[in-house]
Amino acid sequence: MGTGERWIGRCDEDPDRSASRCRERRNALYEKDGEKYFVVDGHTHLWDASPENWRTEHWGKGWIECFYGYHQISPEEYHWPIEKFQKYGEETMMHDLFEVGHVDVAILQSTYLYDFYTNGFNTTEQNAVIKEKYPEKFILNGRFDPRDGGNGLRDFEALAKKYDLKGVKLYTAEFKGDSKGWKLNDDAAKPYFDKCLELGIKNIHVHKGPTVWPLNRDAFDVQDVDYVATDYPELNFIVEHVGLPRLDDFCWIAVQESNVYAGMSVAMALIHTRPRYFGQILGELLYWLDEDRILFSSDYAIWQPKWLVEEFVDYQMPEDMEGEYGALTPDIKRKILGLNAARLYDLQVPSEVPQEEPVMSGSEPEYPEQPV
Amino acid sequence: MPTESAVLDALSGVRDPELDEPITDLKFVSYLRIAEDAVDLRLRLPTYFCAANFAYLMVADAKEALMGVPGVNHARVVLDDNYVSGEINTGMAEARGFRDTFPGETESEDLDELRAIFRRKSFVSRQEKMCRKLMADGRTPVELAQMSVGDVPSSEAFEKYLDRREELGLDVSAEAPLLVDPDGNRIPAEAVVEHLKFARVTRLGIESNAGFCRGLLAARYGIEDPEEETA
Repeated sequence: MGTGERWIGRCDEDPDRSASRCRERRNALYEKDGEKYFVVDGHTHLWDASPENWRTEHWGKGWIECFYGYHQISPEEYHWPIEKFQKYGEETMMHDLFEVGHVDVAILQSTYLYDFYTNGFNTTEQNAVIKEKYPEKFILNGRFDPRDGGNGLRDFEALAKKYDLKGVKLYTAEFKGDSKGWKLNDDAAKPYFDKCLELGIKNIHVHKGPTVWPLNRDAFDVQDVDYVATDYPELNFIVEHVGLPRLDDFCWIAVQESNVYAGMSVAMALIHTRPRYFGQILGELLYWLDEDRILFSSDYAIWQPKWLVEEFVDYQMPEDMEGEYGALTPDIKRKILGLNAARLYDLQVPSEVPQEEPVMSGSEPEYPEQPV
Repeated sequence: MPTESAVLDALSGVRDPELDEPITDLKFVSYLRIAEDAVDLRLRLPTYFCAANFAYLMVADAKEALMGVPGVNHARVVLDDNYVSGEINTGMAEARGFRDTFPGETESEDLDELRAIFRRKSFVSRQEKMCRKLMADGRTPVELAQMSVGDVPSSEAFEKYLDRREELGLDVSAEAPLLVDPDGNRIPAEAVVEHLKFARVTRLGIESNAGFCRGLLAARYGIEDPEEETA
């Protein structure tokens, strides 16, 4: 292999059997128009939603078919048949992320969903298998659920220590027995956040979903992020899907809490079919947060990073919107695509990638009023 | 016998509370049959997990709209392919309220509080859209703060704004100030720019979500995905 060629095999499969040489063989960085990008995919999954794993058809099939709907707004050449989408396996994932997808490091986020899938949808233990095979390629995140009861906290600590976790993904809308969800500011969650502090788990990814109990409340409400972000200033809260569809509530929180970040999965996918909305969302995030608090992610395997990275690097604000939102520079894109996540996860960025200092603005005026 | 256009007209008054668009424009109506004094309607949504509360509201509102059409004495509304289709369809058929449709899963009798949140968001969003148009026509933020409802020439954006404003029970008379917050308080001239900046995010959240949902519905049911329309 010459320089710049991609090495994605396991180190112990290195034909030269040389661990040190293996480490040196980093992927070629994504390069376009003379600009190099270090790409961290902030949200990826290796799930099993095959019929054999469905606890019931109602939930198991319903869940994956819902995801499949989202998958189908990809460009047509990236559409998979449903069977492949249910269970695509490790090899496909390695190919899609690292061989062709321009990703340098991917964060594995776990989603348990034991009520829907017998062996879980994609648990930390399942994700750990691929992480252990390709340690340089992945960051493994865990999870906790304050409804786990008695041994929950102890099990979480064991999980965190076993895998040296630096982050978790919380899914507050997860069904669990009679419960249809929880809030980050529930009393029961406090010992878990304290434990995160104690163990050095500083990145808390939060996902909202549409099935929260009680049903007469707004299931996408992001207010609970506000409480915990204030209570735990040492932790970073990455709100996946930028709070969509509650972008206003999210921005209102993020502008006040400098430890709240925008995770771009789902919003990224708009770049293809709704490019003007994509530009406006990004423009608002740059205005209310700033370029240092926005993280690229694909939500693989719902969407593939290849087209997202390529379209994002090529993306320009439509001309008539530039006056309102400003232009997108390669430096801004570099931060969003990888440098911001690298900072949160202490990743080493290759020296050939230019790194601008964080602007850390946070100086936007106070809101004149509460959001509606 | 009621005509199809009368029925569709009534249904166009039913909105997705979250997306702030009529269910007819969103293509949520998948089947409509009128026979004598009875209407059969089926609704479909962009995903299997579209929120139960909004789904319930649309089904209940559609039924109420149908029953309001002269000549309609029976209306059946069925929700397709949603994780709570069974509960909602049974609840509708047996004329249960929201709480009894989902026993033990709600805290209150109905969804008024939830609906109110989204009416406020809708009001702010429509106000921003109207102001955007007025500013494109040369009005300044300070002028907007000084204007009254009666000063604005008629347009679709303005009519929708008034409609949402009326829904909140706010004054829509000609002398009333044009720019108020969802509680009816006048926006002072010095706060207009910031007010509209944030209103823009509210509008964008609603509109981009509606765009997303249109795309999902199109993919799910193999229908055409409409072109993107943005301000």
